[in-house]
Amino acid sequence: MIPIDVVSQVLPLLQEGFIVTIQLVIIAGILSFVMSFVGGLARLSRFAPLRWVSGFLIEFFRGTSLLVQLFWFYYALPLLGVTLPTGLVGIVALTLNYGSYGSEIVRSSILAVPKGQAEAGIALNMTRFQRMKSIILPQAFRIMLPSFGNLMIELLKGTALVSLITIQDMTFYITQARNTIGHDTLLFSMLLVAYFIIGYVITLVFRWLERKFSAGRV
Amino acid sequence: MAWDWNFTLNEVVPELLNVIHVTIMATLGAFALAVVLGLVLALGCRSNKKWISWPTRGVVEFIRLTPPLVQLFFIFFVFPHLFGLTLKPMVAGILGLGIHYSTYLSEVYRAGIESVPKGQWEAAIALNFSPLQKWKSVILPQAIRPIIPVMGNYLIVLFKETPLLAAIGLMELLGQAKSIGSVTFRYLEPITMVGIIFLILSYTASLLVKRLEWKLDLNGK
Repeated sequence: MIPIDVVSQVLPLLQEGFIVTIQLVIIAGILSFVMSFVGGLARLSRFAPLRWVSGFLIEFFRGTSLLVQLFWFYYALPLLGVTLPTGLVGIVALTLNYGSYGSEIVRSSILAVPKGQAEAGIALNMTRFQRMKSIILPQAFRIMLPSFGNLMIELLKGTALVSLITIQDMTFYITQARNTIGHDTLLFSMLLVAYFIIGYVITLVFRWLERKFSAGRV
Repeated sequence: MAWDWNFTLNEVVPELLNVIHVTIMATLGAFALAVVLGLVLALGCRSNKKWISWPTRGVVEFIRLTPPLVQLFFIFFVFPHLFGLTLKPMVAGILGLGIHYSTYLSEVYRAGIESVPKGQWEAAIALNFSPLQKWKSVILPQAIRPIIPVMGNYLIVLFKETPLLAAIGLMELLGQAKSIGSVTFRYLEPITMVGIIFLILSYTASLLVKRLEWKLDLNGK
């Protein structure tokens, strides 16, 4: 039997946390999308120092674990005299981490566009910028879409970690409720289902985008 | 508060190195589980019998779309109610991460199995191999070779997920760093050092995987 009174107690909490989780996914998602392009293009830059710096930063944020970064921004950075609001810590850490993974997606997708395309652009006397904008990126974008879909799922799952630095997302509310209400099985099952629903919606959105961007092409 | 080298080198680093085996054990344990379970799931998803393939796909999708942290909580807090067994943090951690990454590895296996040319399947049939013989001697050896580097990459990803286990009270690197911090009120050095240890180990491992990839390719030609 599912105790209805517990469900009615937990649902409002889950709803509160749901808003925070969604906010994190959307804000950090957009920011890491932007950072992916900045990072990915910087790694392919003609200027060697820019390549090195971006390469180092990307490897750095990919190589140290997300939770370690969250804890570092939350516990260690204030000791250096910089105290960020907790919500911002979550967004910054998620963005830097997933933006770095995204940079690799952008970089590899650009490299995956056949070389003949860039050469055709050169033959048409296009500038480097024109070639990137009108020839390479539109084709690379279709290649990167499925990977970005997976990245957003990873980001969604990463947002659960912010509960450990006291940001009040779904996981935070449920782990709190666990201490007062009990009913672990029901609480965590509801939490899992809630994440599954969000994740499934993200999957559907990206499937739709993939269809949209491949319309009229073989 | 400035960086204290004396504290870092004499207290933080030795204490972290003391628990590094916990992190490594959790990584290897979870990876071993993921490698075995991943193959089972991959075969389950391919099964002709719908009552096997559909539920397997559903389970894989569900696990893949939900956060490993919540899955860890579920295993650690709910399993005692459901099955009456209380798990140690290490066991719960290996189960949680192992099950989560088995869904990723099942996709990797699938790609490997699909890359085996059709002629090989037909050859196995022509030789009148039993299904077991076919998989054991023909398909899997060819399917697994090209995916070894990908599996190596997932080992690194899994390694970087182990700090999650601090959340269920396992004293691995990050848990230890937090406990040093709560005793000395200095979080800067311990957490920074954990980050550096992760960076060194995962970067070294990724170079090894690249080398492995290069070596396997060379032999293939």
